[in-house]
Amino acid sequence: MAVDIIYGERVTHGVEADADAKGAALWLKAADFERVSGWTHKTEGFCRGDVCVPVPASRNAEFVRGGSYNLAALAGLLGQPMVVDAENHAYCFGEAAAERKRVLTSLDAPDFTLPDLGGRMHSLSDYRGKKVFVVSWASW
Amino acid sequence: MPIAIAFDSGGNAATEPWIKAAKPTYPCLIDRRHVVAELYDMVNVPTAVWIDERGKIVRPSEPAGVTDAFRKMNRTNFSIPTDAMAELQAKRKAYQDALRDWVANGSKSKFALSEAEVLRRMHTPDDNQVRAAANFRLGEYLFEQGHASAAQKYFEEAKRLRPESWNYKRQAWALEDPMKPGGPEFWAAVDSLGDGKYYPGAEDI
Repeated sequence: MAVDIIYGERVTHGVEADADAKGAALWLKAADFERVSGWTHKTEGFCRGDVCVPVPASRNAEFVRGGSYNLAALAGLLGQPMVVDAENHAYCFGEAAAERKRVLTSLDAPDFTLPDLGGRMHSLSDYRGKKVFVVSWASW
Repeated sequence: MPIAIAFDSGGNAATEPWIKAAKPTYPCLIDRRHVVAELYDMVNVPTAVWIDERGKIVRPSEPAGVTDAFRKMNRTNFSIPTDAMAELQAKRKAYQDALRDWVANGSKSKFALSEAEVLRRMHTPDDNQVRAAANFRLGEYLFEQGHASAAQKYFEEAKRLRPESWNYKRQAWALEDPMKPGGPEFWAAVDSLGDGKYYPGAEDI
């Protein structure tokens, strides 16, 4: 079955996946797993950048099956929320509360990159060295 | 440097007339997915965060120079009583003065808060919050893909998990009907606050 996966900032359409009806499992082939989530499976567990998360040996079968990995199980291990729209085959993975908390309580302003009306991208970090007043508004 | 962020799933079409009218000399960015709202825990507009030269937060998310004065609005002719208007203008001025004081005096400004005070004022993210954000994100995605009614199901769940977020409520209403964010549902939700504030924390400046 082909599914759409929203993983943080990444959106990947039409990923071949083996999903169970309740959404508790989302098996992806190794290459897709990395493309979708940025995580790779190594002997020490699942790794992304400098971070590796070990998988409890007794629970290995929940995460690894032949050349496929279960992204739903990894989300559970990391404490990430997962929301599934079965009808449209769409999976959305959010940030774990603990990670959000760690970032926010460091008091380092989290960076973001967004377009202006003309499509030019701006990052908060472009303005390092200046005081920045970030203010929200909306048309609604 | 001010950076204005529009929390608007309607993108350029929704925001362009406002930005053009403002003739801004600073970046006005379009945040269709409310990314900044999630990163900085903003639940309403206008909400602001102050960030110093080192990239440190010196005032966490708070209402930017607004009060609950609009709640005294006459809902037929949209006029605001003189006293409520005066209160709103005084708050706006106090907030602008505080901002200017920080720009001039940096960390010596009494409005630049200590780390302990910033942490005390912050709401730390919890499971409901991140689950609400994931629901909102899925709703926004489905809307973008042309599944408007499926989208509302996830917006509803986001609103339920994060009842304090006016961004979720009003954005979801706006995608249903542009008039809805200021319509009867909005006023009923405001009235249900009772003695609670629409802009909690506005009293801090």
